[in-house]
Amino acid sequence: MNIAIASGKGGTGKTTLSTNLAMLLAESQKVVLSDLDVEEPNSGLFIEAELLHEENKFKMIPEWTKDKCTLCGICQDVCNFHAVIQLGTKIMVFPQLCHSCYACSELCPTEALPMIPKKMGVLKHFNSGNLSFIESRLDIGEEQAVPLIAQTIQYVNENFSDNIIRIYDAPPGTSCPVIEATKDADFVMLVTEPTPFGLHDLKLAMETMRELKKDFGVVVNRYGIGNDDVLKYCTTEAIPILAKIPNDRRIAELYSSGKLIYNQHPEVRKQLDSIKNCILELNQMSAR
Amino acid sequence: MKIAFTTKGIYWDSVMDSRFGRTEYILVYDDETKELTNFDNRSISNEAHGAGPKTAQKLYEFNPDILITGNGPGGNAASVLKQAGIKVFIGASEMSVKEAYEKYKNNVLEGL
Repeated sequence: MNIAIASGKGGTGKTTLSTNLAMLLAESQKVVLSDLDVEEPNSGLFIEAELLHEENKFKMIPEWTKDKCTLCGICQDVCNFHAVIQLGTKIMVFPQLCHSCYACSELCPTEALPMIPKKMGVLKHFNSGNLSFIESRLDIGEEQAVPLIAQTIQYVNENFSDNIIRIYDAPPGTSCPVIEATKDADFVMLVTEPTPFGLHDLKLAMETMRELKKDFGVVVNRYGIGNDDVLKYCTTEAIPILAKIPNDRRIAELYSSGKLIYNQHPEVRKQLDSIKNCILELNQMSAR
Repeated sequence: MKIAFTTKGIYWDSVMDSRFGRTEYILVYDDETKELTNFDNRSISNEAHGAGPKTAQKLYEFNPDILITGNGPGGNAASVLKQAGIKVFIGASEMSVKEAYEKYKNNVLEGL
């Protein structure tokens, strides 16, 4: 069972929800929490766990072999990303632009562009009781999150059974990294705040999830600020509101000192319990 | 000597385009023949990725000695321009092509 926690707008509370929900679930069952916001992972700030395993992650990029090249230009013509360009008698490769699609390498008639591994980041696997926590971090200077997100999901798939609830903390926005982080989800929770900005970006996120044909629900965070346009909009669109997490200075204080909230704040606990029940119900349905 | 400019139009009094990769036009001035040629680069707006290297590659075809632009190329484009041996001068934003050329002549523009 894969649950992705996403949002349009950044800073709405994805990590707060992911970490607290995962820890709450871990009180009664095995759960995997995976931080897919590889450009700036922060779930780990709230999780105290033992490091079990660490591995470097690589993406494949072409390397030009001058001696084999006939300068036919096919490589630059087939590259959709201008990651390979011919300049006079030289082929230049831009690893940051390369999407590892292999087109240049496979279509090169003289095999002058073999694919070689290039390190892009590090995956870490932690454990604490029922909770397994997987975090990937992109190396500084790397521009593409998607390959590392894909490999992180693959790691989770290879190391944990389907029956275990997996919570994926997705990056913000609606671009490629979000698509990658949510495309295999059985259910997506969109976290928003009840402000015009929150609603604007929630609409974009909903549009994206509809395009991906995902089941999704909305969690309103900092409930009490702004207005009730988000609630009205969700009612009109028949989107379930899974929880309303109150706006409370105490929550911000706990968060800013790296502490979890579900065990310190009864109302948050109540809201998270209802999300938990919703997940357990979905899990039972998918197990049938 | 051939001097290239990133511009928003095709005349001497057109405004400079401060962007390199996504510049609307490239103007090339040959100070020996006094000829001013242009290239319409506006289709670059269809490219989601790699605008810098693509424009740099296009520029290479014109074989200029000097590039005068605004903000300056990004890392990928800069490496192509370096490979192509094109000397880059930046800081020519919010002025006409003519003014940019005069500033270059008076050594006011910063070289990369």
